[in-house]
Amino acid sequence: MSEERVGFFTDTSVCIGCKACEVACKEWNAIPEDGLELTGMSYDNTRALGASTWRHVAFVEQPRPDGRTRLPLADGQQAAEEPAPDGGEVRWLMSSDVCKHCTHAACLDVCPTGSLFRTEFGTVVVQQDICNGCGYCVPACPYGVIEQRPADGRAFKCTLCYDRLGTGLEPACAKACPTESIQFGPLEELRERAALRVDELHRAGVTDARLYGHDPDNGVGGDGAFFLLLDEPEVYGLPPDPVVTTRDLPAMWRHAGAAAVSLLGGIALTFVLAGRERR
Amino acid sequence: MTSAGSSTPRTRGRRGDRPMVPKAEFESYYGRPVIKAPSWAATDIAGYFFLGGLAGAGSVFAAGAHLTGRPRTATALKVSSLAAVSLSAAALVHDLGRPGRFANMLRVLKPTSPMSVGSWLLSAYGPAAGVAAASAVTGKAPRIGALGTGAAALVGPAVASYTGVLAADTAVPAWHGVHRELPYLFVASATAAAAGMALVTGPTGENRPARCAAGLAALADTAVAAAAERRLGMVAETWREGRPGTLLRTARVLTVSGAVGAAVLGRHRGAAIASGLALLAGSACTRFGVFAAGIASAEDPKYTVVPQRETKRT
Repeated sequence: MSEERVGFFTDTSVCIGCKACEVACKEWNAIPEDGLELTGMSYDNTRALGASTWRHVAFVEQPRPDGRTRLPLADGQQAAEEPAPDGGEVRWLMSSDVCKHCTHAACLDVCPTGSLFRTEFGTVVVQQDICNGCGYCVPACPYGVIEQRPADGRAFKCTLCYDRLGTGLEPACAKACPTESIQFGPLEELRERAALRVDELHRAGVTDARLYGHDPDNGVGGDGAFFLLLDEPEVYGLPPDPVVTTRDLPAMWRHAGAAAVSLLGGIALTFVLAGRERR
Repeated sequence: MTSAGSSTPRTRGRRGDRPMVPKAEFESYYGRPVIKAPSWAATDIAGYFFLGGLAGAGSVFAAGAHLTGRPRTATALKVSSLAAVSLSAAALVHDLGRPGRFANMLRVLKPTSPMSVGSWLLSAYGPAAGVAAASAVTGKAPRIGALGTGAAALVGPAVASYTGVLAADTAVPAWHGVHRELPYLFVASATAAAAGMALVTGPTGENRPARCAAGLAALADTAVAAAAERRLGMVAETWREGRPGTLLRTARVLTVSGAVGAAVLGRHRGAAIASGLALLAGSACTRFGVFAAGIASAEDPKYTVVPQRETKRT
């Protein structure tokens, strides 16, 4: 890598669910529409990351008998309480999800054509003229990010605005984010900033605040896009402990080799056992 | 609503020594899947797994028959292996959308990509199987034919086993969880299919190895499938319930009855054909069952979240 590794730190504690990131991403990358269905999933009508959704804002809307996560306001005051109809409280969590640009990226590892590659910025990008639509990257991704477009079969996902990075611009989603929930920059710097922010929230009594994907020792070797979450990852539809599947590949090849040898040996054995035919 | 799913562990009577399955309490985002299921069509990819196994194990069987003076069985299996590998290549191209895309598969050789390795294996195996079959059918160039037979028999086992890695090297819980067992299950299933093909197409006077292989394959298949289900823990539900469960149970019944039929009655032509067909169908059911279990495990966030919460805790 000739350049410094860059990435996203998405601080969901300041996300207001405006979807400016979704729109900016669509506009800049000229991504086709996803259809206009209403899902009934709170304000989320895009459902998940996919071939035509490279930023996805999740809306977690839950009545909570045990109370909701209270975030400090700028002046240190608590927000006013909003009682829910059933006597409990409604909790809102909003989070803008994106491709994690894993250090050990399963999609890149399993791609049979070399269409997926790591850029000089340490990000993972699909070369659309080489992708042959085999779809192997899709189930390989432990985060369920990359997806094939049904019409042509090729796989698409966030490029971290590779074209913008090359000219010194920040990605469209980070540029459009009005609350700096999406922060772009050198990964090391973002990790320091994230650690400060999570400490600040813990001091303010937000004990549920935690970082996700920031650890270089996690199952994917650390994410190029990591998050500050206010509850368990699975609440937001994220896997709790994802692992790059190619970590087990040496074992898999060993077992496949042993299986192949046992097939050869097993059939040879049957010919020995069978001997000559009885006439 | 964000669903808090919970399911009580199934307590079927079989194998009472299975460790207690943890109670599957978990939260999810509106019940949506965490990972994406492969968009592969079952007929293309599960069919490809079955045909690749039939071809690969069939080539080993053909070489054995060739060497031990069972010429009609040898020829029949050389032809069936060529047919199976041609059909499997067609299934692969159909899944890619257009033939030109298969050429992209050979741009690079990547050991980290089982699909890349498999494409190169097929490129080596296909022509060898073709030479073996062509020589056997025409009777021409017997030395080159023997060379093709030998080459196909050496590469064939890899063609049959790599598909286990292809499925396992994904985040799909019902596949990746059994990455150790899957190659063995696939070669056992491939052996059952090849033995079935030999029983159907070979004369009864040459079928003792096939009857023997059917028994070994059925034993291995049953034992490995049981080990795989033990390894999967709560994810084994996807191997037991719904359509995949039906397919896998049908596969066991067909494979075992085919093997028993072959062993006991295989000297009778009609019984040999019936047993062979049962073995072929059993092998196909195993591949389609494992494929369907994978899809089911990818579509339910429970199978991604609950096992990962366990690994996170330890």
